Amino acid sequence: MAESKVALKIIPGELAVQGVSKSYGATRFRKEVVHDCSFTIERAKLTVMVGPSGCGKSTLIRLLAGFEQPSAGRISLDGAPITGPDRDRLVLFQETALFPWMTTWDNILYGPRARGELTRDALELGEFLLAKVGLQDFRDKYPGQLSGGMQRRAELARAMINNPKVMILDEPFRGLDAMTKELMWEYYSRLYEENRRTNFFVTTDIDEAVFLADRVLVMSNIPTQVRAVIDVDLPRPRKLSDLVESDRANDIKKQALSILHAEAMRSFSRGSKAAADFVEAYLKRASRA
Amino acid sequence: MKKMLSNPALWRGVVSIAVFLILWEIGARSRQWMAPEFFAPFRELLGAIGLKKDYLPWIGAVPAPSVVLASWIAVLVDRSYWQSWYMSLFRVMAGFLAAMLIGIPFGLMLAVSRVTHGIGFPVFEVLRPIPPLAWVPASIIFWPTQETAIAFITFLGAFYTIVINVLGGARSIDVRYFQAARSMGSSRWDIFRRVILPGTLPSIVVGSAVGMGITWEVVVAAEMISGGGSQIGGTRGGGLGFFIWNSYVGGSYEQIVIGMISIGIAGFASSELLRWGGRYATPWLKAR
Repeated sequence: MAESKVALKIIPGELAVQGVSKSYGATRFRKEVVHDCSFTIERAKLTVMVGPSGCGKSTLIRLLAGFEQPSAGRISLDGAPITGPDRDRLVLFQETALFPWMTTWDNILYGPRARGELTRDALELGEFLLAKVGLQDFRDKYPGQLSGGMQRRAELARAMINNPKVMILDEPFRGLDAMTKELMWEYYSRLYEENRRTNFFVTTDIDEAVFLADRVLVMSNIPTQVRAVIDVDLPRPRKLSDLVESDRANDIKKQALSILHAEAMRSFSRGSKAAADFVEAYLKRASRA
Repeated sequence: MKKMLSNPALWRGVVSIAVFLILWEIGARSRQWMAPEFFAPFRELLGAIGLKKDYLPWIGAVPAPSVVLASWIAVLVDRSYWQSWYMSLFRVMAGFLAAMLIGIPFGLMLAVSRVTHGIGFPVFEVLRPIPPLAWVPASIIFWPTQETAIAFITFLGAFYTIVINVLGGARSIDVRYFQAARSMGSSRWDIFRRVILPGTLPSIVVGSAVGMGITWEVVVAAEMISGGGSQIGGTRGGGLGFFIWNSYVGGSYEQIVIGMISIGIAGFASSELLRWGGRYATPWLKAR
């Protein structure tokens, strides 16, 4: 019964990015990280953004979360422009951002307590989410006492209690060992399938992207733009073992990979003549084969 | 208790102190079996390279630990010895508490407010390199009583260290914590109370422990230079620093050593107390 109560509250939002640019630095040394970038994070879908590392994905996340403002263009949530950080767009960071000085339980209750909404319902929801992420036995432990996977789960609970319209995840499973990572994929995927929130997930890992996504945005190098949008029409609920044998999944993976490969090559060779020559020769040989 | 006795760290500590005392005893007693002529060749050598012949130190000039201990037992019943403890402890605590009460809020304000930092930090940075002991003459002139002058100097000893640690600690809190807090709807006050304050707490503990050590260094020197306020109390004693100085003037070399070790014990005990309190205040740090 608790489950239905929680599920009822979910109101997924839609984020629209229109012609957004972002540059840093003084006018003479200005560097454009994002250039005229447009895409939509569709309502109640899991959108995954893949791009070569250092392509400005984290910058986009800071813009979406409202920590920074775009130099040009417009970002809006359900039509309303974004002016700053808000509970309706919560970010899970690359490394854990759980407060080290608070126990798991206090971390989860941070949002309601901050807004003065520590009601009976909030406490109940906290209990429910603590159980949901399987950390009842770790309620009074500090983040430093949790394993990497537990930390991510605690952080998911801390975000979900605020019932955001969009969840933004910035390479959340980076740094976990391979086993834990795959478990987290399945866990996170199940969580999404239950709730159908709008989720925006950023990664450099194509396997991760294809397994999780409803839609994959493949990004270009700096300045960041969307190179391709791939709809992942694999059936849900998904299991990792099914996906390994799926031809469709492999097709999608190849498609994304070929775009990414060219981008990665370009970034590898940037600023170095020798590397550029190498890449050119490599690409020629690849096209001949 | 049994667990404590089987702790190797404890035994290493005991052995370390025992070896130190034995070497010191042997060294100090060398006066009895080693004639001063023994060092004649070394003195000649010093002379040969153009130095004064009496530049050679000799541990034989220092009283032996057994002698010091015997003298200490006699001193233990002397009220003026305990009065010295009390005076120094009182000055250290007064200066240290004032440094905490003023230094922690000041450091936090420097970290939080750009305006405060802009106005306060330049003056702070100019005053910081001035050693507390250089303040002794000025503070004797400025403060109405010798007691407040000494407390002020101990205050300075801890103040700069605490402020610098608090400022650095608050500045090094990861920006992600602020972003997360703001996203979840924290107000400025809420962020200060639940992110900045606990995030700075480990640095406050470290700064206080270091500051406490400096306070003991400073109080002793201040007492020596200022005469320890002995003119007020006469026999009441003027603190451990004055106790040492007085023993030197009076030629009681055992008491110099007693004073030194007393300060060592006092400094160690107060730092240990702070560390213990610090562990209690930051339970998440040991939980790793």
